[in-house]
Amino acid sequence: MCTTCGCGAGQVRVAGEPVPAAGSTDAVAAQDSQQAGKYRLAGAPASTAGDQGSSGRRARWHAHASPDAHPHPHPLEDMHAVGDAAAPAVAAGEHRHHGHDDGHAVATAPSRLVQIERDILASNDAYAAANRRRFEEQGIFALNLVSSPGSGKTSLLCRTIELLKTRLPLAVIEGDQQTSRDAERIRATGVPALQINTGKGCHLDAHMVGHALQTLSPVDDSLLLIENVGNLVCPAAFDLGEAHKVVILSVTEGEDKPLKYPHMFAAASLMLLNKIDLLPYLSFDVEQAIAHAWQVNPGLRVIQLSATSGEGFDEWLAWLDEGCATVPGRKRTTIDGLRRPIAELESLLSSAARC
Amino acid sequence: MHEMSLAVGILELIEEAARVQKFRRVLAVEVEIGELAAVEAEAISFCFSAVTRATLAEGARLQIVHVAGQGLCFNCHQTVLLAALYDPCPACGGHPVQATGGTEMRVTELEVE
Repeated sequence: MCTTCGCGAGQVRVAGEPVPAAGSTDAVAAQDSQQAGKYRLAGAPASTAGDQGSSGRRARWHAHASPDAHPHPHPLEDMHAVGDAAAPAVAAGEHRHHGHDDGHAVATAPSRLVQIERDILASNDAYAAANRRRFEEQGIFALNLVSSPGSGKTSLLCRTIELLKTRLPLAVIEGDQQTSRDAERIRATGVPALQINTGKGCHLDAHMVGHALQTLSPVDDSLLLIENVGNLVCPAAFDLGEAHKVVILSVTEGEDKPLKYPHMFAAASLMLLNKIDLLPYLSFDVEQAIAHAWQVNPGLRVIQLSATSGEGFDEWLAWLDEGCATVPGRKRTTIDGLRRPIAELESLLSSAARC
Repeated sequence: MHEMSLAVGILELIEEAARVQKFRRVLAVEVEIGELAAVEAEAISFCFSAVTRATLAEGARLQIVHVAGQGLCFNCHQTVLLAALYDPCPACGGHPVQATGGTEMRVTELEVE
């Protein structure tokens, strides 16, 4: 359990179905070839120098044939180790001794240094890269919408969808801790929507979104709107493979939110200042709020709008059109792009066979 | 912010390295945390000891190397040290200052046996 935000693992559901935890195996499969050889022995002890070579000798990653992280089989033996890590209470209770059969050799082995030089979010970033490849192959413009709870994200999405659905294929991924109420609201507009329930988790990650994409199967050349869990803190750090993060701030919140939660505003490309129809009844200082946002992120684009009155939507829709038009390639036919649906179907068949 | 997920991320990197490098126990883990990164060092230490229980990294020391924040001031065009993302430029007092360093969260080195 996270001491900061109370999040945990093991309760993630995509459209009500449990999702296996992110495993290191498929994370490795998703590594680009540039990751090969990142591990390096820095200082082999003298007694073993003959075996291990001199300082700086490189050890290679084991190569995986699969070009894509999704779909992936989640081998149980690899998942197990990660599962233990994600559930410390259970692991502590059982107190398993990994590698105990070789314990004597371990106790006497000399220590050595291993240089890694890898980002802590490498696993998430590998899944995000796989999602991003899929978006590029299919010409999908994907946005990650982030905000506090109650900023009006879902109302804003519903109005956006109503205005766009006749001229653009759309799909929505909804992230909430519990319930599928938001996805139901979106589906009522006639657009496909999938709910991810993060359980105790406080943000969507790229692995969850990868699974959601398999189920949702957004069509080529579409706009994918991912509504993140209402949280201005954690989703800032987790790349989902989106083209842009869009942060929504409503005028019923404080002008100083960009200063209080700077990471989210720094990570976003666009800020939507929502609920401006309420400004006559509030003491909210729009200029001050925008100045605070620019203090954190000088390049942040700002659009003022109201999901209730529709004011400002022309500018927002124009921004979306512009973004959709700049998706690289607009559905490039690649070998990987052809392999992906085949792999997904095989994955479905094998899981059906297990049931 | 999201220290539990990050601690799990560190453990995953260790487990991957263990498969490649064939080590069985980790004595110490060195991580670089930028001052502008969205992470609390104290919270990550707490979470790390929790997630590594009953793993090859149980009891390992987590050595956190703090990396100073750095930014480019758009006002005076100098590269300056930055304590927080939204701080004014320490040289000229102006805004904005775009962070250029100290946002990393990396595992750099393991002491293993």
